[in-house]
Parts: sequence; structure tokens; C-alpha cells
Amino acid sequence: MRISKRIVLAAAAALAVTMGGAQAQDMMKLKIGTEGAYPPFNNLEADGSLVGFDIDIAKALCEEMKADCEFVTQDWDGIIPALQAGKFDAIIASMSITEERMEKVDFTNKYYNTPPALAAPKDTDIAGVTKEDLAGKVVGAQGSTTHSNYAEATYTDSEVKLYPTADEYKLDINSGRVDAVVDDVIVLQDWLATDDGACCKIVGTITPVVEIHGPGAGIAIRKGEDELREKFNAAIDAIRANGKYKEINDKYFDFDAYGS
Amino acid sequence: MTDMALNRTAVERPPAPPRRWTAGRFWGNAVVALWVLIGVGFVWYLASSWNPEFVEKYGPRYWSGLKVTVSLVLSSLVAGALLSLPIALGRLSKNRYIGALAYAYIYTFRGTPLLAQVFLIYYGLGQFSNELKSIGLWGFFRDAWNCGFLAFTLNTAAYQAEILAGAIKSVPKGQWEGASALGLPKLFTFRKIILPQALIVALRPYGNEIILMIKGSAIVAIITVYDLMGQARWVFSKTFDFQAYLWAAVFYLIVVEILRNIWAWIEARLTRHLIR
Repeated sequence: MRISKRIVLAAAAALAVTMGGAQAQDMMKLKIGTEGAYPPFNNLEADGSLVGFDIDIAKALCEEMKADCEFVTQDWDGIIPALQAGKFDAIIASMSITEERMEKVDFTNKYYNTPPALAAPKDTDIAGVTKEDLAGKVVGAQGSTTHSNYAEATYTDSEVKLYPTADEYKLDINSGRVDAVVDDVIVLQDWLATDDGACCKIVGTITPVVEIHGPGAGIAIRKGEDELREKFNAAIDAIRANGKYKEINDKYFDFDAYGS
Repeated sequence: MTDMALNRTAVERPPAPPRRWTAGRFWGNAVVALWVLIGVGFVWYLASSWNPEFVEKYGPRYWSGLKVTVSLVLSSLVAGALLSLPIALGRLSKNRYIGALAYAYIYTFRGTPLLAQVFLIYYGLGQFSNELKSIGLWGFFRDAWNCGFLAFTLNTAAYQAEILAGAIKSVPKGQWEGASALGLPKLFTFRKIILPQALIVALRPYGNEIILMIKGSAIVAIITVYDLMGQARWVFSKTFDFQAYLWAAVFYLIVVEILRNIWAWIEARLTRHLIR
């Protein structure tokens, strides 16, 4: 009895090994880095699961590339060093393609491009999004982002406060420490629709500056991994063509986030 | 005469024992050599990657960050020292309730992370901005620097109180009794007899606490106070160059080294009557 059980177990193990081996051959293993604090693009839910546009797109791309993907969450500030250190193989975290970042990592083509915007409390006296409108005000943004770069470069007559994640500037605009915040319009709209964001409204969208904002959000990979980049680019084109992108897009937005 | 004296001293000293290469001595030297090598490599790296553009562009940021770190730590240490005195006395009090209160304070602030305290005071109290406005305290709490200062002061007061209480307890009871026999008032005894002796004991732990505070202060960047570490992170986000952190480390090292020297001097001064 015991012996036969052992044989069955050994056979099962052998089978699992051979099957696993066969799977590994045609399934590319990929680790995807994301931030998990940037709803509705990527967010870590209370139960520990990752949800959002970036996550769904990443899953669709992995399916398209026949890759076995695993998600890793990582603080924004350290996300590029972690990629370089090999903690994961690609960053799918709404990372804008910029010159500065391109010195350290390679990017795929964009997978979406939405404009930045400025939000402020509902009773604000801020009328527009120009430097003059914000003079003397406190402007908040997430640090190490295109939005913080834009705020620091544009609102030179204002105090610019930089936060580690979007969650913290949301707390501070609620408490009144900052008068306005700059971020992606989608992120702001998503937040304004919640109870937390009931305080505030969009003052206006900001026309993207190519030198600062770049062509949109892309997937960052380590330098020189051209094969992987081409695979991602082909997968982005494929899900754009086969309607998968539109399906995900419509789940989150009422317009095409891919941009023109 | 001189010859004789010389001879005598030569005879009196036993010959130095031969220094053998024991395992301990070998490994000790090996480890020190390794440290020296790492230090040299570190300096060599900084020297070889010396980039005038980097220094010119980001130097002022480091300088302003250094000023924020030093001013924040210094002011909260002084405020914490003042606050620690009543807490330490409470800790030593014979009254059970006062003792428990002081103990609870120290227990809370030593037992929870400084990061959580900073976060709670800045973002936590920020939730009650309307209530704080109505009692006129919002002006203080609105400013991130003030919140950092308050959190550090409360935190370091707990540690300093414990150091001080321990040091005061270490002074023999006979000192109190002697002073009392001489008819000296209690407060005078405490100030002139007990405290100076206690401070000798407390000096090294105090030095440790200050060094820990300097390094602990690196977390204030999460509440948007751009101290030395915050500036280093900012520079890193622009350059993605690890040099940014290396320079921050060098500046922290310099501050701690200066402090170490000051401390050595204070100790020499406080204990000069003990030198034989």
C-alpha cells in the first residue's frame, strides 16, 4: 500500500516536472514592476490584489506575448534602480517617456497618453492653470514625476510641495496645506469621484509640454534588451488592433486614453 | 650619575614579550586592512567621479538640505532636553501616579517608530484642520517643519528622560544624604551635586541619542520637509546617479564626526577632576 502510494507520488512528481519544463519552454517568465498607489492606473487593494488600467493592460500584453507574468510592487522613487538591479524585467506603472529616464532605461512605444490637470478645493479662487493664476499659492505634486517637474519649472512664483505618493498630497489638500495639486487628469478625476475627493474640483487641464511630459506613458525595460522591447511593441500594436485595448479602455474611461 | 639612573631604569623594565602572530592578531589586522581598503575605494570613487557640473548644479541643494537637517535636529534636541527634565523627575517620583504617567509617555514614544509619529502628527492631525483652526493651532500644524520639530521633540524627550533618569539613579544615595546632613536645600543639591555627576554618566548615551536623531531625521522628507536626505532623493530623481546618495552619506558622516569631537572635548572637560 505504502509502496504503491510512493510510486504514484513519484510518477505525479515526474509528470509535474516534465509538464513544468515543457511549459517553461514556450512560456517566457516576466516580472512586472508597478507602484500600486496610483488609481485608477495601478492600485493595491485592501485585500492585497493589484487592479487598474496598467495592470489590465499588462495582463493583456503578457497574454499576447504568451508570457507568464508576475507583479512586483515597488515605491516610485526606487522603481528605476530596482529595474536596473533586476528585481523585475519591465515597469508598467504609467511611467512617462522622458529624456532623463531614457538615459537610464529603454522605453517601448507609448501605451497611453492623457493630459495633466490642476485640481483645487471647490471654493478656490484659482481661476486658471497658468503661472500667474497660481502665484503665491502652494502647489502639490508627487515627487520624481513629470508633474512635479512641470510644477517646479512652471509655477516659479508658488511654493511647490513634493510628496512621496499621490495619497499624501490628497491628504494635504483636504487639510488645506496645499491650495492646488497637479497630476494626470484621469488620476484626478478618479479621485474626485470618491468621498475623499469630494473637497475638490478640476480647475483645468494643462497643455502637455513635450520636453517635460514626453510622448506619453511607456513600458520601461533595461537598456539594450531590444528583443523584449520589440515583443512589447508588437503586443501593444496587437491589442490595439484586436479590440482588447478598447475593451480595457472602455472599462475605465469614456474616451480613448491612447491619445492621438 | 646619569649613567646609573639610565641603567637602573633599563633594569627595572622587564623585556617586552615577543609579539606573536596569533589568530586574533592576524584577523584583527586583516579586518582593519579591509576597512582601510573600503575607505580608500570610497574616496577614490568620489574623487574619480568628481563632476564640477554636478557640484555646481546640486551643491546649493545639499547645502540647504544640510541647514534644514542641522537646524531641525538642533532645535528639537534642545526642546526635547527641556521637556525631558520634568519627565525624568516624574519617572523618579515617589508618587505612583506621576511615575506611571511619565513611564507611559516614555513607553509610548520609545515603543513606536519615529516614522509613524511623524506621519500621525503631520497627516493625522491634518485631518482635524477645522478643529485645529477653531482653537487657533492650525497656524502651527500647517507648517511641515513645525510638525517635524514637534514629532522629533516628543520622541527625543522620551529617550533623553530615560537617559537622565537612569543617570540620576546611578548617583549614590549617600550624596543626597550628605548634602541633607549639611543642611543644603533639595533643589540646590540636585542642581549642584547630583546633576553634574549624573551628566558624566549620561554624556555618552546623550551623544548616541543625538547621532541617532541626526540620522533619524532623514525621514522628514515624507512630510515634504526637504532635509539633506530629501534633497539627495530629489537629486537622484533628476540624475538617477547613486552619487547623489553617496554625497548625502558623506555629509552625514561629517556632521557626526564633528559631533564626536565636541563630545570628546566635553567629556574631557567634565571628567578633568577624575584624571590621575
